[in-house]
Amino acid sequence: MNKTLKIFLIVLGAIVGLFIITAIGAYSFGKKAYNNMVDMDEAVASKWSQVENVYQRRADLIPNLVNTVKGYAAHERETLEAVINARAKATSVTIDPSNLDAASLQKFQEAQSGLTSALSRLMVVMEQYPNLKANENFMNLQAQLEGTENRITVERMKFNETAQLYNAYIRKFPELLIANMFGFEKKAYFEAEQGAEKAPEVQF
Amino acid sequence: MNSPTKYRLENNHIMKKIFSAIVLLFAGLAVFASDLPARPEPPTLVTDMANVFTQSERSQLESKLVNFFANTSTQIAVVTVNDLQGYDKADFAFRLGEAWGIGDSRFNNGILILLKPKTANSNGEVFIAVGYGLEGVVPDITAKQIVEHEMIPLFKENNMYGGIEKATSVLIDLTKGEYNYKQYAKKTEKGGFNPFIIFILLFVVFPILFGRRRRGFYSTGNRSSLPFWLALGMMSGAGRKHSGFFNDFSSGSGSFGGGGSSFGSFGGFGGGGFGGGGAGGSW
Repeated sequence: MNKTLKIFLIVLGAIVGLFIITAIGAYSFGKKAYNNMVDMDEAVASKWSQVENVYQRRADLIPNLVNTVKGYAAHERETLEAVINARAKATSVTIDPSNLDAASLQKFQEAQSGLTSALSRLMVVMEQYPNLKANENFMNLQAQLEGTENRITVERMKFNETAQLYNAYIRKFPELLIANMFGFEKKAYFEAEQGAEKAPEVQF
Repeated sequence: MNSPTKYRLENNHIMKKIFSAIVLLFAGLAVFASDLPARPEPPTLVTDMANVFTQSERSQLESKLVNFFANTSTQIAVVTVNDLQGYDKADFAFRLGEAWGIGDSRFNNGILILLKPKTANSNGEVFIAVGYGLEGVVPDITAKQIVEHEMIPLFKENNMYGGIEKATSVLIDLTKGEYNYKQYAKKTEKGGFNPFIIFILLFVVFPILFGRRRRGFYSTGNRSSLPFWLALGMMSGAGRKHSGFFNDFSSGSGSFGGGGSSFGSFGGFGGGGFGGGGAGGSW
């Protein structure tokens, strides 16, 4: 009688002990995984804001560029208007970094690549105006624009790398369980656009 | 692969998919990483993979850049390659600068001059990639001017060393004001030399010292013991900060100097980042 009770108590103690150990283990794992996800999510958001910054930088250059070009090539109105419209469209599309899904990123990318191609058409047209090309202000703007395009490439790449780390982390087992539990979602990547990555060929 | 993992993967289609995605991802990353030339070992600021410099030109340039680095912590690296491996020169330069970590990770004060010499069937390409922290002193337009006015004319005459020499001199002139010893120290101690300390010295410590002389020892003890303590605290704090600056500095170069110290004062790159600043040209 007494002996059975003793065994029962020992077994019960062992079960409770195991349960506590498991609970502590699960908690500390969950805490670590969750905090890592928060950190990585924040890193993606900050890279995203860098991406938006550089796109904004490009948009900010455009009014100045258009004004400079107008002085030399006013009758290229169509090309200039295309740039202005594309700029307006590009600046109207922004994404909340907490909602970086494929659909919204694609929309963003479409708007921006519209501006990219309008700008490259403008640059092709500008080749026909030697006076404009020799204008110091224009050369300055051109260098800035090139630099901005470079920055866009770099920041997009860095964003993709950060998003990749995050995505790989939340999709691995067992972090996957924590990610599902707290609703951490996969982030979308920038895709290389067909043709848009190459500079337009200029032929005379 | 051990059997439980195998079992789980075979039984779980999703897991399998995820696993292969991860493997692919890492395989992709590995391929991507091996594309770029490896960081030179022992570390050098001039890495002449295309063999465009003579031995003495190389060491002259190296010592000039190492010297500049030792004085300012700004790292200007010169890399020549035979092949851009299909990258655009700008893209290649930024990836390489970032991968090697040219510049200090706190200031991102690295510059990479990438040079691909002209060959029979390809243009010569040059690009100056400017780290985040130097974009202010070397804006894109300036980099462009250096490329077009200092480098390309000489490169066209096949004088690689002359072009790089001139470009690095201009870059040194531009960047030497940016992170010199003083500013480096200021940035390292976060907050710099506190004007408050001067204030304390002027209005608390000196009056106490002079007061001592005028009013005698005992009166000061009574009237201004607290400010005196405060001043002492501030002074000892300043002392610590000051030594901290030297410690930080030597420990900084110590971490650079791992392994390379026998070679010269440059010991390695510091993990600086690049954000797309700079400009290039071809000939």
